[in-house]
Amino acid sequence: MLRLYQTAHAGHIGSSLSCLEILVELCFRRLSTDDVLILSKGHAAGALYTTLSLSGRLPETTLETFYQDGTLLAAHPPCSGKLQAIPFGTGSLGHGLSLACGTALAQRYTGRKYHVYAVLSDGDCNEGSTWEAALFAAQHKLSQLTVIIDLNGLQGIGYTKDILNLEPIADKWRAFGFAVSVAEDGNDFASLIRAHDALQGKTGPGCLIARTVKGHGVSYMENRMEWHYLPMKDEQFNQAVQESQGASTDGTTGP
Amino acid sequence: MRAEFAQWIESFGRREPRFIFLTGDLGFGALENVQAALGSRFVNMGVSEQNMVSVAAGLARQGLLPLCYSIAPFAVFRPLEQIRLDAALHNLPVKIVGNGGGYGYGIMGASHHAIEDLAVLSCLPNLSCVAPLCNSDVAGACEAVFRHDGPAYLRLGLGIWPDGSDALPDFQPVRRLVAARDRRPKLTVAGIGPVLLNALPWIRANGKTDLFAVSQLPLPVPDPALAESVAGSGQLLVIEEHVARGGLGEHLAATLARQGVRFKLHHRHAGGYPTGRYGSQRFHQQQSGLDPDSLQATLAGLVS
Repeated sequence: MLRLYQTAHAGHIGSSLSCLEILVELCFRRLSTDDVLILSKGHAAGALYTTLSLSGRLPETTLETFYQDGTLLAAHPPCSGKLQAIPFGTGSLGHGLSLACGTALAQRYTGRKYHVYAVLSDGDCNEGSTWEAALFAAQHKLSQLTVIIDLNGLQGIGYTKDILNLEPIADKWRAFGFAVSVAEDGNDFASLIRAHDALQGKTGPGCLIARTVKGHGVSYMENRMEWHYLPMKDEQFNQAVQESQGASTDGTTGP
Repeated sequence: MRAEFAQWIESFGRREPRFIFLTGDLGFGALENVQAALGSRFVNMGVSEQNMVSVAAGLARQGLLPLCYSIAPFAVFRPLEQIRLDAALHNLPVKIVGNGGGYGYGIMGASHHAIEDLAVLSCLPNLSCVAPLCNSDVAGACEAVFRHDGPAYLRLGLGIWPDGSDALPDFQPVRRLVAARDRRPKLTVAGIGPVLLNALPWIRANGKTDLFAVSQLPLPVPDPALAESVAGSGQLLVIEEHVARGGLGEHLAATLARQGVRFKLHHRHAGGYPTGRYGSQRFHQQQSGLDPDSLQATLAGLVS
C-alpha cells in the first residue's frame, strides 16, 4: 500500500494506515463471496484497493493504475459500478451506512443471504445522515449489518474531541440500538478479532468500535493530522517501509 | 395528481414484486391504499430524506425498484447529494416522486415550494425528469418514469384537463395540444406542468398559436414538430412554474439553437417571492405573471 501511494505521489496515507488492519481482517477473515463491504470513509481508498487486490477481489493490473489518467481507481472509490468488489462509490462522508442499510434491507425482499459491512470514520460520525441511518438500522433490526468505526480521533483539520466530540461513542451507538463491541487497539489483529467475534450471535445491527491510530506503523505519521493530506518524499517512503516491515516481523499476529 | 398517482402505484406494486415504496413520513389521506396493497414493501423511512435516497440506492443495487416519496422540495433539495452520487452517477433505478411541484403548496410557504427542482435534477447524469400536465396524464407519466431504466424524478401537481381525459393526447415527452388554423402559426407556445392549462382556453379560441406540452427533461430527442413550428412563427413563448435558470425555457432555447432555428424567446416563469408576501398557488402565479389573466394579456400582445 505504501508503494501504491508512493508511485502515485498521493495523500490520505494516514487514513489508510488507520483502517488497514480493519480491512485486512474483513477481506481475509470475514467476507464470504456474497458479503458486501462499503468503505464510507472513501478517502482510505488506497487501503481498500490494496486489500481487495491482495485477497483476489481486484486484479493486480487494475491496482497498478491507481491515480493514473484513465484509471478505474480514483483517489476515492469510483461510482462507475464497473468493479464487482466496490458496489458503491464514496468520498463524501455520511453515505456509507445508509447504502449499507439499503443493501441489508434488500434481503427481506430478495431472500438472498449475506452480511453487509460499512467502515466509517470520525468524520462520518459528524454527518447527520449517519445518524438517520443508525435510527433506521435499529428500527428495522438489521442483524445482517455491522458498522465498523475506524475511530482514530482525528478528522479534517484537528482532533475530533476539539471539533465535534463523539465520546462517549460506545454509549451513543448502544443508545441508538446497536450491539456494541470495542477493540481497544484497533490496529492489533488480536484485539480486532476478539471484539469482532464478540458481536457474533447478536440480534439487531452491530457496531464494532476500533480505537485506531492515524498513520499507524509509521512513526512520523502517527497521530499527525498532516498525513491526511501529504504525499511521502523518497526518504520518508524508505523509512515508512522499513518501520512497517519491522512491525510485521516483531511478533504481531496476522489475521 | 396524488390520487391518480396512488391508484397507478397500487396497481403497479401488485404486479411488480420488485417494487418498494419508501416515504419520508408523508402521504396522510393519500397513500393508505398503497400501504395496504404493498404490505412490507411499503416502508415509512421517517423524516430522513438523505437516508431514504441512499437506502433506495442500496435496494436498487440488489435488483429492486425503489421509489422515494415526499413533498417535492424535501424529496429533491435535502438529499440532492445522495441523488447525485448514489442514484444518478451509479445509474440506479431510484425513482424520486415530489408532490406539489412549483408553488403547489401555496400558503405553506417557500419551504414547501419547488421552483428550482428541474434545474438541479435535469443536469444530473442518467436522470430523467417527468412532469405530467394534468391529473389524467399521471398514469402515462408514471409509465414513462418506470420505462426509463435509470433514476427518474416525477413532479406532481394539480391540473384538470378541461374536456375529460378522452381528449388528452397520450403521454409523450413532447405533445402538440393545439394546432394553429393556418399552416404558419403567429406564435409557438411550449410549457411544462399544469400551469400550461392556464393558457389553454385562450390559445384554443385564438386559433393563431401552436401549443406544445413538454413533459420530460432533458428532452430524449429534439422534437421536429416543435422546431418546425418555431421556425415558422419565429417566436416561442415558454410557460413554466419554475425559475428561469435551468428550466424548460433555457433547455428549449438551447435545443432549438443547436438545430439552427431562428426565433425570439419570450419567457413566463416563476419569479420567486418578489414582494416577500405569501399566498395561494394562484397568488404566486399572479406575482409571476403565470395566472390565466396575465398569460392571456401576454399571449394577446404577442399574437397581435
